[in-house]
Amino acid sequence: MGVKKTDIVLLDDKGIRCDGRKIDEPRNIMIKAGVLKNANGSAYIEFGENKILAGVFGPRDVHPKHLANTDRGILRCRYHMQPFSVSERKNPAPSRREIEISKVIKEALEPAVMLENFPRTVVDVFIEILQADGGSRCAALDAAAVALADAGIPMRDMVSACAAGKVADTIVLDINNEEDQEGQADMPVAYMPNLEKVTLLQLDGVLTPAEYKKCVETAINGCKIVYEVQKKALKDKFFGDSPQ
Amino acid sequence: MDDIKRKYVIPGDVITTGPYRAEENVNLVGDKIIATTVGISEIYDSGVRVIPLTGMYLPRIDDFIIGIVKSHTSLSWELDMRSCYPGILPAQDVFGRDFNPKVDELTSRLKKGDLVAARIANFDRSRDPLITIGDRDLGKIEEGELVKISPSKVPRLIGKRGSMIQTIESATKALITIGQNGYIVVSCEEPEGLLKALDAIRMIDEQAHVPNLTEKIQEMLGSNSE
Repeated sequence: MGVKKTDIVLLDDKGIRCDGRKIDEPRNIMIKAGVLKNANGSAYIEFGENKILAGVFGPRDVHPKHLANTDRGILRCRYHMQPFSVSERKNPAPSRREIEISKVIKEALEPAVMLENFPRTVVDVFIEILQADGGSRCAALDAAAVALADAGIPMRDMVSACAAGKVADTIVLDINNEEDQEGQADMPVAYMPNLEKVTLLQLDGVLTPAEYKKCVETAINGCKIVYEVQKKALKDKFFGDSPQ
Repeated sequence: MDDIKRKYVIPGDVITTGPYRAEENVNLVGDKIIATTVGISEIYDSGVRVIPLTGMYLPRIDDFIIGIVKSHTSLSWELDMRSCYPGILPAQDVFGRDFNPKVDELTSRLKKGDLVAARIANFDRSRDPLITIGDRDLGKIEEGELVKISPSKVPRLIGKRGSMIQTIESATKALITIGQNGYIVVSCEEPEGLLKALDAIRMIDEQAHVPNLTEKIQEMLGSNSE
């Protein structure tokens, strides 16, 4: 596995990446909870250049009715990229990639949401990618988790997600679009920080067992950083600056 | 009761560890008691619970609620009560035992959009909540202004032994009907009193977690009347 020859230097001699970050430094993260009036819960996230809006409805009646489960609620998730979210117009119809990401986000949130409390209902999560950079599924998951908490849906824990990857033979945290295109591996991880459980782990690329271990550890550290931002977003909305 | 420990929590926060009883909105994992919703955690005696600051109304038997008529079938009305389930009000409850679906027209009594003061007669996991108006002070609400607040803030609006609601009612001479589901009907003969009461209710909804809210409300009602 040699380093690909490209115009951009992914990692220089001093350990600085193409966008000026250190290897264990995430991009800037900003989350705001409760940005939409008509949804039960909502959140807006800026994760580096990613700009994502998430809205949650429910628990509410299931339509079509045959999808309802008499034993527990169901979770539906839609990840959708706006036509203007990428440099070349994206067809707004759901693509293969969007359908897959909707599925993995749903499965990453399901262990956290206590759907057994709401039989015969559905919780709908809508995620709109307004601007895409690398790692949009992780950013989308972070926003969706905050929106679920904002909607007051009981959760066992928050879900925080962050990617790690291999760039120029080095494991780095939170890879951006260039590193995703030119790098050697990309591993998005979603994690429940208090229960210490992983709810999503994908890997695109080849890693040795030692690298894999380091990559998971790096991604989980990233999740813990994201968790603090999610926490702050919810506390800002609900408790403002009132004392404990 | 004075040694209640309160803390702001979000889902996943560990409230405490140890031999406590896990009550509302908390989850027991090993010996950790974890919050499941955004709210204020309370540790008292031997129990731990979280008072939620957001979320839907979950029906409980015997709760007094205010519902909005959404639609009807030939046998029952469906009420919106800000819950994940619709409330079912059977026609027999309104027309009496000699109700005949061939003769009696449901819209003659309750139309879409009407407000109903009702009580939850029955509810479990397997069916939608059954509503009744067969009790004193229940039935169609003829007049008043509807305000919607978060169901979790209803206890704050009522206050300790009804102190908050009495403060508002006596200062504005308004009549306030509070449903446990967060629907509130305010009626008042004086328009000024009505506006003041509505403002006070909205203020409680926005600032429910702030300490000394009763004093703030008193101040607001007092300053407006001058």
